[in-house]
Amino acid sequence: MAAKIDQTQVKKVAKLSRLDLTETEAAEFTGQLSAILEYMEKMNELDTTNVQPLAHCLPISNVFREDAVKESLGTEKTLANAPQRDGEFFKVPKILDEI
Amino acid sequence: MQSELLNMSCKELRDGIAAGRIKSAAATEAVFGAIEKYEPVIGAYISTFEGRALAKANEVDAKIAAGEPVGELAGVPVAVKDVMCTTFGVTTCASRILENFHSPYNATVVEKLLAADAVIVGKTNMDEFAMGSSTENSGLKETVNPWDTTRVPGGSSGGSAAAVAGRMCFAALGSDTGGSIRQPASFCGVVGLKPTYGRVSRFGLVAYGSSLDQIGPVTRSVADCALMMNVIAGRDPADSTSVDEKNAPVCDYLEKLDEPVDKLKVAIVPQFSAGADEPVQKALTCALDVYKKLGAEIIEVDMPHLDYAIAAYYIVATAEASSNLARYDGVHYGHRTENAGDYVEVYSKSRAEGFGKEVKRRIMLGTYALSSGYYDAYYLKALKVRNLIRGDFAGAFEKCDCVMMPVSPTTAFKIGEKIDDPLTMYLSDIYTISANLAGVPAISIPCGFDDSELPIGLQILAPAFAEDRLLRIARMFESNTDWHRKKPTIVE
Amino acid sequence: MGELRYRVVVGLEIHVQLCTKSKMFCGCALSFGEEANSRVCPVCLGMPGVLPVMNEQALEYAVLVALALDCKIAEFTKWDRKSYYYPDLPKNYQISQYDLPLGSGGFIEIPLEAGRTKRIGIIRAHLEEDAGKNLHTAGNFSQVDLNRAGTPLLEIVTEPDMSSAAEVRTLAVELQRMVRYLGVSEADMQKGHMRFEPNINLIITKDGVEYKTPIVEVKNLNSFRVLERSVDVEEQRQLDEFLETGEVMGMGNKTTRGWDDINQVTVLQREKEEAPDYRYFPDPDLVPVEFKCEWLEDIRSRLCELPIKRQIRFVDEYKLSDYDAGVLTAERSTAEFFERVVAAGGKPKRVCNLLTQVGLKLANEKGCSVAELDITPKDFAQVSNDVDGGILSASGANKAIELKAQDPDKPFSVIYEENNLIQKSDVGELEQIVEQVIVDNPKAVEDVTSGGKKSKKAQSFLLGQVMQKTKGQANPKVVSEILDRKLG
Ligand SMILES: [Mg+2]
Ligand SMILES: [Zn+2]
Repeated sequence: MAAKIDQTQVKKVAKLSRLDLTETEAAEFTGQLSAILEYMEKMNELDTTNVQPLAHCLPISNVFREDAVKESLGTEKTLANAPQRDGEFFKVPKILDEI
Repeated sequence: MQSELLNMSCKELRDGIAAGRIKSAAATEAVFGAIEKYEPVIGAYISTFEGRALAKANEVDAKIAAGEPVGELAGVPVAVKDVMCTTFGVTTCASRILENFHSPYNATVVEKLLAADAVIVGKTNMDEFAMGSSTENSGLKETVNPWDTTRVPGGSSGGSAAAVAGRMCFAALGSDTGGSIRQPASFCGVVGLKPTYGRVSRFGLVAYGSSLDQIGPVTRSVADCALMMNVIAGRDPADSTSVDEKNAPVCDYLEKLDEPVDKLKVAIVPQFSAGADEPVQKALTCALDVYKKLGAEIIEVDMPHLDYAIAAYYIVATAEASSNLARYDGVHYGHRTENAGDYVEVYSKSRAEGFGKEVKRRIMLGTYALSSGYYDAYYLKALKVRNLIRGDFAGAFEKCDCVMMPVSPTTAFKIGEKIDDPLTMYLSDIYTISANLAGVPAISIPCGFDDSELPIGLQILAPAFAEDRLLRIARMFESNTDWHRKKPTIVE
Repeated sequence: MGELRYRVVVGLEIHVQLCTKSKMFCGCALSFGEEANSRVCPVCLGMPGVLPVMNEQALEYAVLVALALDCKIAEFTKWDRKSYYYPDLPKNYQISQYDLPLGSGGFIEIPLEAGRTKRIGIIRAHLEEDAGKNLHTAGNFSQVDLNRAGTPLLEIVTEPDMSSAAEVRTLAVELQRMVRYLGVSEADMQKGHMRFEPNINLIITKDGVEYKTPIVEVKNLNSFRVLERSVDVEEQRQLDEFLETGEVMGMGNKTTRGWDDINQVTVLQREKEEAPDYRYFPDPDLVPVEFKCEWLEDIRSRLCELPIKRQIRFVDEYKLSDYDAGVLTAERSTAEFFERVVAAGGKPKRVCNLLTQVGLKLANEKGCSVAELDITPKDFAQVSNDVDGGILSASGANKAIELKAQDPDKPFSVIYEENNLIQKSDVGELEQIVEQVIVDNPKAVEDVTSGGKKSKKAQSFLLGQVMQKTKGQANPKVVSEILDRKLG
């Protein structure tokens, strides 16, 4: 039986996950994820045609907060953990592409 | 005297402190004495706060001397899993990516502990981002099992369970996404409760699988567990998924704890439980005998979808995790690579350097399950299976007060034994995962030992928001057995 | 080369910032240009362990707009996470709505020329959180400001029903007017409260065969001018490209372009193949929203007459020109004030002139609305009636209003008196002045009486002389009559 996921896919997923993988890691993950996904096939033994997906076990809806202002952290505390800052800004390498 | 003090229950200690018979400072010093002695071997803590803790203890002692009212955990030294945010110390989730992260806010449960006058002695080790079943995935340090230092303490709340078993605190908080409180409690011979999803606020609990995560107590007795629940349970306006007092009122879990449940009906799932090792099965049978002697009726139920829990869980949990962990990118806080050429490399290299293997594996698995073309086959399918599993519980609870089964198929395994085989490690979560998928409360209590003197846990599962009855059922067993009084040799 | 015809097809995605007090999922105040990163809390900073809690007001504002757009409101809706990595998006996912938007299947009526309107279909309206801002002005790096992160944002997606750049602009303007009417957004373009993303392509008929060019989405336009211009520019560019390559719309060949304002061109941002994979899934941190009847009715009761409806009614009911009705209904407060003046007895056309010629000018100078000028509807009605009654000239009326605005406590009788605003309509008195003017200007008189081509101009000249002698107080209607009588 073919592997559930190949190295090209693993690399694609790694890119989507923003994870730099070494070649060794990519190979290792390919094997492991393949085995795991193979196991997941088990779910297909179940006929779920008429089953609703359950994203949440809670029987509740409409939980709101009032539109009231609470104190913010302020610039200094906001930036306190920043790996790099420029004045009152977070600093990152130049973004050249737009989203 | 020192060990007598350390072996007290939270309730005894609290009552003694509140009555002025015991000084919180003395209890706190005793705990730090134990930490000095055992921590170099056990490695339960990522950080400890001796100065802070003693200051708080003295503050509580002074309040009591002045006749001022004190909280429910007055002066009791407790520990918190390092997955909950604190404004003091660092909040690392045992990850190098958050090694130096200082939270500007406290988790709601931490605020509640402080308001109850607990003394927080430290933050415990865990599997990185709570992903694991052995605490071996900690990116920062190793924790061993106090009963056998060549074995794992379980995970992911391994530090909390080891600290409680090793007398390095009187109680601790853990978090449970797929068994992370119950399994280490069982491996370390202590009590661990995963409350109903929505019972305890998740605000400030660093998310792994948001629809599954719950904070709960790790203690040395069911009574202590009830006391801890009195402090941490309840709706929090900062957590939309914490449940309203009207829907499910919180009660005083200690008040009627010693009243046995009348006409108790216990359900078992024989075929499912048969997958456990023989000593585990034997302990379960003995435990059921105890309940029978106490007048309980044991019935068998069919829960046909529990076998699919692992598959569904590792899709749902990792899908949510892949999104929850996207924020660790080296831009706003946390580890940032020094080798980024452009901003995309800030992400991909910071994350590659900061996350451990298991975390990367789960992020990849979850990303894959949500990605275009695979969503229906994996994520959506898993949500449907989840519904079937919830249906199994709904059906069972129509016939019984609780379901009993093992916590783990094995007792504590050797360090390194399963670490290179993630699937095998995942499969060991078979008994704990379904409670998270169904959102129901479940407790692990000590119920015996195997031939190597390793503790075994009994798992009891109850309907949603029935923690009061669950605790009473657990307490029935505890009142009639001595398993919970056994101590690991290291502290004897 | 054969016969070639084409038309442009445009659908619009619009993001509107709602004017709540606090952000969508946390208590931070909305930002209005404060110090960067000062309006940020652990929640909108996406810190470990934080959880979002819905702002009820934002939801109600969004529903109000959806209702005004005649959308069906979902009985059950939920929140989804949209994943992509970008420095201004702290969690690296945006909380949005994917498969169950709160509103769907509506329409908006937009005014065309000559009082005609056109219906543009609304596919969906949903709520989401805004991102922060990346700034690229500081040198060899970018700066990130999260003040805007978490601001409630309403996304509206129209059907591709617009067939010209002008229509696109009109829709944008109409939507701005609508959200302002509803009081749910300041819709200030300069502050980026409204942002547009047109989806543009052409339907080309060449040699009797119809072709559709690939759809181009132009990102993040924040002025009406640029929006309109970008559609025009794309129209030409796509035509040129089609003629060169012949490429037609197909699976996955939609591209994304940005606007280069300096060169007035669109530039390619994202190639076809790289369609992003957003991995939408339900946000487990938030619970669903269910719109119960009572709640929906309560929100519906807060709807007001929409600007376009009001504009049409003003034309019908008050016999105003479409242009005047448009000016009066541009702002909700102006329209409502106009109706109060009419209710106080003013004649609609005259009131309209007063408000548009002097009222709005004064309000604009003071930076307030007409209703806030300290001049009551009754005041306006009185001045308006005094013009109709011949007591004031049109310019005198404007002067009176200006003076009243300066000194609201002074009665009009005193204002008229002190400033000689009352017109002279006494025929006897005016006749004497007219006779004097006739005597003083024989040349002009001759031009009038001879009836040549200079006649009209000469008559105006004589009228002007009379006005001059009376310091503008003569009633020109009366003077003209006397002149006609004497020279006719
Ligand atoms: Mg959007
Ligand atoms: Zn905020």
